[in-house]
Amino acid sequence: MITFQDVSKTYAGGARAALNGVSLSVAPGEVYGVIGASGAGKSTLIRLINGLEKPSGGKVIVDGDDVAGLGVEGLRSLRRRVGMIFQHFNLLSSKTVAGNVAFPLKLAGVSDAEAKARTAELLARVGLSDFAAKYPAQLSGGQKQRVGIARALATGPKVLLCDEATSALDPETTEQILELVSNLNRELGLTIVLITHEMDVVRRVCDRVAVLESGKVVEAGPVEDVFLHPASDMARRFVTEAEGAPGDGAPIGGRVVRLTFKGEATYKPILGAVARETGVDYSILGGRIHRLRETPYGQLTLALTGGDVDAAIARFQADGVRVDLVSEGDR
Amino acid sequence: MSGLLANIDWADIGQATIDTLSMLGGSMVLTVILGLPLGVILFLTGKGQMLENRLANGALSLVINILRSVPFVILLIVMIPLTVALVGTSLGVAGAIPPLVAGAAPFFARLVETALREVDKGVIEASFAMGAKRRQVVLGALLPEAMPGLIAAATVTAIALVSYTAMAGVVGAGGLGDLAIRFGYQRFQTDVMVVTVVALLVLVQVLQMVGDAAVRKVSHR
Repeated sequence: MITFQDVSKTYAGGARAALNGVSLSVAPGEVYGVIGASGAGKSTLIRLINGLEKPSGGKVIVDGDDVAGLGVEGLRSLRRRVGMIFQHFNLLSSKTVAGNVAFPLKLAGVSDAEAKARTAELLARVGLSDFAAKYPAQLSGGQKQRVGIARALATGPKVLLCDEATSALDPETTEQILELVSNLNRELGLTIVLITHEMDVVRRVCDRVAVLESGKVVEAGPVEDVFLHPASDMARRFVTEAEGAPGDGAPIGGRVVRLTFKGEATYKPILGAVARETGVDYSILGGRIHRLRETPYGQLTLALTGGDVDAAIARFQADGVRVDLVSEGDR
Repeated sequence: MSGLLANIDWADIGQATIDTLSMLGGSMVLTVILGLPLGVILFLTGKGQMLENRLANGALSLVINILRSVPFVILLIVMIPLTVALVGTSLGVAGAIPPLVAGAAPFFARLVETALREVDKGVIEASFAMGAKRRQVVLGALLPEAMPGLIAAATVTAIALVSYTAMAGVVGAGGLGDLAIRFGYQRFQTDVMVVTVVALLVLVQVLQMVGDAAVRKVSHR
């Protein structure tokens, strides 16, 4: 649906490139996250998708169109197929909620009657039917973002771009908005690209994620891989920020291993069984149990002492648990 | 003659009031018609805006600054040949309107530019992201979003025009200012001075109140 081929972007007068050789591809119907610190180039990346920015090098292909090659009309047509929501909502303060949602339809030349019907339908979808005649200033942040979403969906897009869409919201509202976004992905088959600086947002809704640092993709892949086994420093930092330090460094004897349970294995009473069978004692040094979208997962850091440690590790692996060695310890 | 308002000829005052209001109304309409597009162009050609053009912006800005730096009394006199060419006379209400517009339109254009700068850039970006053409962004988003600021700018301009009309009285435009100078000042008829000043004061007060009410009506922030 969206492909970046070796895309670079340098702003006139900018000291360094905002994006540098970025390649990635987003499949139809997936939720793709781009995570990065501020200044990493996330905003530029998402704006290249709907042509608000032009690449300095490389190609951005969206829904079969090379964005940089589109004329004025081509770009307008693309933008009707690609909706966008914003951190600060960017609603028109001079228009009512209904007026805001109908605005893209008016721009597209849709008749008033049709726009009215479509607006009512969209407001019902985001749960704001009673707010049609209110002005944005009378709404809460979460309600404003719902209006933003309804407005972005007005022209029936295939892609939804989320520009830090929950960064200005409190945790509870963030959860509601992310759930709405997830539902839209499932029910409408909408392809979603979201940029954020919060790993938690990625964990809740994304299928795949790219980690951006200084204009480069330093790591990309399925969220569970990046989240459970981050390979880059930057990805590790984001995971630590979201989850707290994994607690690997406790000064204790024995071999220290990190076990990763996913799906069914998360809830199996596996630890005790392995200890009994192999005579290994374990101390729990750290752990977390959570969900990645719908998949439960757990990660435990253990120090294993006594008994047959190798057999215990083999036994864990046989049960579908991934085992990473953190330190050998003194044997 | 004796009495508090001995020198007052109410028919004169009435005629002068009508003249002042005609000058104000006529010049205000033309000021908005000329100044609004100028202000919009000034804004759109500015740095980082959608029609960024340093040359056009610089030239327009220079003309506006020149017109704004000439004191209005001087502008009135300097413009006499042009005024005669435009409306056939430099006297009366008709003769006052060209210099009033030349004085007020650049002022209004600057205020329009400032009001447009107050519009949230994110809203403009969002409009483009929804597939708006430039014209649609300006007419559908930029101007409606700036409306409270534009009405406030028009109010300030109208009030400035009231004082300009009084100055226009000096070169034979008539109106309340003319009355104040000829009778109140030159003939020491203090009562005429007081009545005209009170009339002007009421006019300014009414303009401000109407303007404020209109701003409140269109502002939904």
